[in-house]
Amino acid sequence: MERHILVVFPHPDDEAFGVSGTLAQHAESGTPITYACLTLGEMGRNMGVPPFANRETLPLIRKKELEEACKTIGIHDLRLLGYRDKTIEFEDEELLADRIGEIVAETNPSLVITFYPGYSVHPDHDACGAAVIRALKRLPKDKRPVVHCVAFAKNCEQDLGKPDVIRDVSSVIEKKLAAIQAHRSQTEGLMKAAKKRGGDVLEWLKTERFWTYKWDD
Amino acid sequence: MQPIDVWEVQAALNRFANQDVYIHLETTNGAYAAHHNEGFFSAGAYIRNGLIRFSRGKIVGNGPYRVGLKLDFGWVYAEGLTDWEMTEKGQLLLAGHDYEGRLAVALQLSHEPF
Repeated sequence: MERHILVVFPHPDDEAFGVSGTLAQHAESGTPITYACLTLGEMGRNMGVPPFANRETLPLIRKKELEEACKTIGIHDLRLLGYRDKTIEFEDEELLADRIGEIVAETNPSLVITFYPGYSVHPDHDACGAAVIRALKRLPKDKRPVVHCVAFAKNCEQDLGKPDVIRDVSSVIEKKLAAIQAHRSQTEGLMKAAKKRGGDVLEWLKTERFWTYKWDD
Repeated sequence: MQPIDVWEVQAALNRFANQDVYIHLETTNGAYAAHHNEGFFSAGAYIRNGLIRFSRGKIVGNGPYRVGLKLDFGWVYAEGLTDWEMTEKGQLLLAGHDYEGRLAVALQLSHEPF
């Protein structure tokens, strides 16, 4: 059992598809989870037909969705860091690492979950993962928590090999589906598209994959 | 938001003319466009809370619409606008949504910063 899990992602819903099953399982076994979410996904594009949101109301909607998803998963400590969607890579890297480092020092996690820097497609994902690694690198190597990274760039298996953590989350699939549905403004269209494409979406969602970050020092 | 009514949007634009106003202008393909289609050239631009002053603002087209703002020394314009809204705070929000309801372009004016 983990002592404490710290999840660091840039957007509300980043936790839903890739890690909500893992988190729900840890929550069920009593592990406290802190989720630091860097932005409110202000730049999301799905506005619905007819539109249910506009550029100014979207962050408020996504904040509520995130809170609902956290409740579903069993996350009781949600930190909203107040950065703006699509600007993470332009922030001062040291200052960003400072903010994350403070949360690491406070929560003392045994496991950190974030995006694999360089292999997570969205510039915010890569910058978020890089800031987490930068923050943890400041700790002596034997004091660093284990880092499980999500990655989905086309070249990730070619460069990083197969994911070394493969988790069956079928026991909490209902919670995971509820977490995905909670992010209605972002995921409704995606789920519709997935169903239309065919294949077994549910089977895909039942497995979560991570790469353990390998320190280069 | 609701489909653009040219007369009402034109009247709203007129109310912002000849004074300092904050502008939000963005256009984007989404961060995953090139991930889903490697041949896709992804581009976008974004300005939030730029302070401008325009002497004339005009909406044209048959839908989707185009809006141009004539500045003392230049221009601002957006095309592909489909929907609009006047907020309780008196902000004019114009947006262009694609056929799946995704925001493709936004042009917004406000007396206060967004």
